[in-house]
Amino acid sequence: MTAYVVQRLMGVVITVFFVAITVFLMVRLLPGDPARVIAGVLASEAEVDRLRERLGLDEPLWRQGVIFVSGLARGDLGTSARTSNPVTTEIGARFGATMRLAIVSTVLAVLIGVPLGAYAATRAGRIEDLFVSTVVLFGISMPVYWLGLMLILLFSIRLRWLPAAGAEGLLAVVLPAFTLAFFSMAFIARITRSSMLEVLHQDYVRTARAKGAKQREVIWRHALRNALAPVITVIGLQFGELLGGAILTETVFAWPGLGRLLVDSIFARDYPTVQGLVIVFALLFALVNLAIDLFYSVIDPRVRYG
Amino acid sequence: MTPFDEAPHSASLRGDTLRRLARSPSAVVGVVLVGALILAGVLAPWLTGHDPVQQNLRAVLQAPSLAHPLGTDQLGRDILARILFGARLTLFIGAFAVAVGMVVGVPLGVVSGFYRGTIDMVVQRVMDLMLSFTSFLLALTLVALLGVGLTNVIVAVGISTIPRFARLVRSSVLSIREVSYIEASTALGARGRRVLWRHVLPNALAPVIVQATLSMGATILTAAGLGFLGLGVQPPTPEWGAMLGEGRNYIFSQPSVTTFPGLAIFLAVVGFNLLGDGLRDALDPQLRGRR
Repeated sequence: MTAYVVQRLMGVVITVFFVAITVFLMVRLLPGDPARVIAGVLASEAEVDRLRERLGLDEPLWRQGVIFVSGLARGDLGTSARTSNPVTTEIGARFGATMRLAIVSTVLAVLIGVPLGAYAATRAGRIEDLFVSTVVLFGISMPVYWLGLMLILLFSIRLRWLPAAGAEGLLAVVLPAFTLAFFSMAFIARITRSSMLEVLHQDYVRTARAKGAKQREVIWRHALRNALAPVITVIGLQFGELLGGAILTETVFAWPGLGRLLVDSIFARDYPTVQGLVIVFALLFALVNLAIDLFYSVIDPRVRYG
Repeated sequence: MTPFDEAPHSASLRGDTLRRLARSPSAVVGVVLVGALILAGVLAPWLTGHDPVQQNLRAVLQAPSLAHPLGTDQLGRDILARILFGARLTLFIGAFAVAVGMVVGVPLGVVSGFYRGTIDMVVQRVMDLMLSFTSFLLALTLVALLGVGLTNVIVAVGISTIPRFARLVRSSVLSIREVSYIEASTALGARGRRVLWRHVLPNALAPVIVQATLSMGATILTAAGLGFLGLGVQPPTPEWGAMLGEGRNYIFSQPSVTTFPGLAIFLAVVGFNLLGDGLRDALDPQLRGRR
């Protein structure tokens, strides 16, 4: 098991390394001169040259690469072009807010999505199933930013129950978290439903029924437990969608997280911060999926890692 | 009972597929929504008398009325006209972005699945790399570096859909090449390339059609999301996501500025999702009811 974990962690490191190299090359090789863009159209040639020197963009590409990679190995993501703080400081200051939002959303999505999908499977083909399918369709088709705005309209402007912006107080997380959770909830419900449908035809479910187990016990104890494996994989995969959705949700609700920082940095042409954020997002995504794979061996004794 | 039930059984795949599609109520809703979107886009100039970019600062943020059925925005532009002309843009971006994804992704998947070996390994690692960015972040990063505007949005969103097509085609090619009719044609002396073009590709196409339809919905969401952030198609072009992004500051005074463009995006995506699911069921009846 330890060897497996180490091996997988190496995999994460390699993935993030390649993501980092790709972003590094994208920033430098795509059309456009970052120094000119950061300095602005009004800056003189000399000013742009000074900035290029300060950002290390005047060095040959391979030297920039060496500096970048050795910084990366020390956990140094460079200096923000906007605030002149280390990028890691900028990211550290916003990290907690995004994690809070992501965790609350994931918990909401699982707590609503799994029972919803399981219930639909037990009512397959009936009106309740159709209702759940409709909710799922709405969830996967709803622009997350529009859902956020409509919730603000209803709960903040009309009813005045919940705050529309910011992260102050416990109630502030409710609307952004629900907004962000809706897509994942729908996706999880859809996978739970199809996985349950397959499991409900298995022999052991019939056996459980035959020995006289109550319907509720059959569904929730025997079937759902065995149907959860693909659902858990999906929770990991949709975490990527969740991070993408967080960028939009944080913008709608003025949530002071990494997503806002990314959008602000893009508008400020703060490439070092954009570069650092992409790396951090990829790292988060890879780590969550690793955690999920390891979690399998805990819930499913058949899964063994050598 | 629909007239389709009595139709004689035809051997054509297209006839079968259309008949099954017509029998599914949700697929019909999808066809209607997508059809309405296409009609709105094509007939936009005839459906409204208003110019979508014409400002009228004496008629800003009006509620829906006879003159402006969906009201006016913060610059006094007719929202209905902007939504109708926006339908064009939405279809245009969606279709071209999906085309970019297919044109690159499908050949990559075919080569990967058919030749396997080193080339497969390399292609798959590149796809893994793209997926580890996650699709919205990849599109956002590309637009941030390439710059905003119509072409760059199409390229960025298109690139973010490549792995989906490559993965899908690879797995169907892998399973098709094990099927006995491929073995038969090889035994009859057909060479690699002929087997690929004549036998493998046509059979790998059905899932690609389904994926392309579902991807239309996904790319519309992504492109509108970029527009919402102000990183998509630039003003004054009537792009739905940008309309939402520009209008959201006026949500307190005139909610219709944000309500209607968002509803348009939502309905368009619902349409493509329903149509895609319907096509999947119609093209492969064995999959019906699963997912």
